[in-house]
Amino acid sequence: MAINRESNAYTFIFAIIMVAVVGAVLSIAATSLKPFQDANLKMNKQKDMLASIGIEVDNMKDAPDEFQKFFTQSILLDAKGNVVDETAKENLAGDKDKAFKLDIKKQYKAWKGAQMKKEDMLYPLFVVNKDGEKLYVIPMIGTGLWGPVWGFMSLKEDAKTINGTSFGHQGETPGLGAEITTEPFESQFKGKTFSYTGPEDFQTVKVVKAGKEQDNQVAGIAGGTITSVGVDEMIDRTMKVYTQYFANNK
Amino acid sequence: MSDVKTKKSEPLFSKKNRKLITNPLDADNPITIQVLGICSALAITVKLENAIIMSLSVLAVLLFGNMIISALRNLIPPRIRIIVQLVVVASLVIIVDQVLKAFVFEVSQQVGVYVGLIITNCIIMGRFEAFALGNKVGPSALDAIGNSLGYAWILLVVAFFRELLGSGKLMGAQVIPADVYEPNNMMILPPMALVLVGLIIWVQRSRNKELIEDH
Repeated sequence: MAINRESNAYTFIFAIIMVAVVGAVLSIAATSLKPFQDANLKMNKQKDMLASIGIEVDNMKDAPDEFQKFFTQSILLDAKGNVVDETAKENLAGDKDKAFKLDIKKQYKAWKGAQMKKEDMLYPLFVVNKDGEKLYVIPMIGTGLWGPVWGFMSLKEDAKTINGTSFGHQGETPGLGAEITTEPFESQFKGKTFSYTGPEDFQTVKVVKAGKEQDNQVAGIAGGTITSVGVDEMIDRTMKVYTQYFANNK
Repeated sequence: MSDVKTKKSEPLFSKKNRKLITNPLDADNPITIQVLGICSALAITVKLENAIIMSLSVLAVLLFGNMIISALRNLIPPRIRIIVQLVVVASLVIIVDQVLKAFVFEVSQQVGVYVGLIITNCIIMGRFEAFALGNKVGPSALDAIGNSLGYAWILLVVAFFRELLGSGKLMGAQVIPADVYEPNNMMILPPMALVLVGLIIWVQRSRNKELIEDH
């Protein structure tokens, strides 16, 4: 069978078959792996949320059980701090849990891309009971040097004192900006306090240049200034929204 | 080489074919001699762990890619062969990325950004073009393994020194106490990877004079 591999017809047919085969293989791979990936994302989110209240889960697979132990309620707020939706303990992280399912990264991108107005954005809030102590967990997202940075921050019952944080990033410089996820940086937030009676007089816990930090401030990462500034901006912007809810519900 | 000899498939591991594995380790190393894949050698050698995962991913992509291209070598229309190679490597990289996300999620979080970079790794296209298109599947597989290993060991050596001297750690564990050694931030920045690769090239050429080009 002599095929003329130089002919136009053969080249076209080959290209068409190749595209069809590759397309089919990739879509089969993507669809069949999707459930696993979604389950992983959910477990990872629960793991990060647990980390923010000081529960470190070594194996991601244990996250859902631990999550059920501590998280008692999820609340979805609008940009004015009014409650839009609430989910009780039994349905937490389930299909009907709008606060847990909300993709704040997507929402943030839509807002940055001017496809969404600030007043239309929604804000999830989680309530935790850890050994009898009531904690609030707040998810947040901002922009670092190379891409998004995000995190969960847990507050004590007064909704002003930071109980713990858990930050993440997509592609900050390893050894520099990426250090925001490490213990030395995160532990600085512990015990620092926000002060406010509402969003107008909100005093944030600032992330400042390393070595220049004063009381109630956190030392940024040396060599990771843009990332540190991103974290600072993220905390300030996000907390301002939540102060409205806390001011009205305290 | 003793483990190779114990295997029974003689023709595949003939003396000539064994060279396909050993050559890229030293005298025909993809990074230090062919100077391919330098970009990824700079990007992912800050931590040893990332380098290991990158090496394994490149091994997977190059192995399957070389075998697929070699199996299709008599069917691929010469005029669009580069496009075909690109499609094969891009598809394989996407599959590797998806599999990592589904089964080793924590690892994929670490290296997710870099896996995509494999597409642009010149070693892969280079081996497709230079070897797989003209050779049978068996030798192509060996060639893929050899080149991946040649790539991997450079990566590992560079990452070892960069993580050790740049942050005092290995595999994320502190090995030099922070009060004994002040980590050198310069090691973490890309230029030092280039310097380290340069040092390896220097050592290699001083040991093997045949590698020195005469201009």
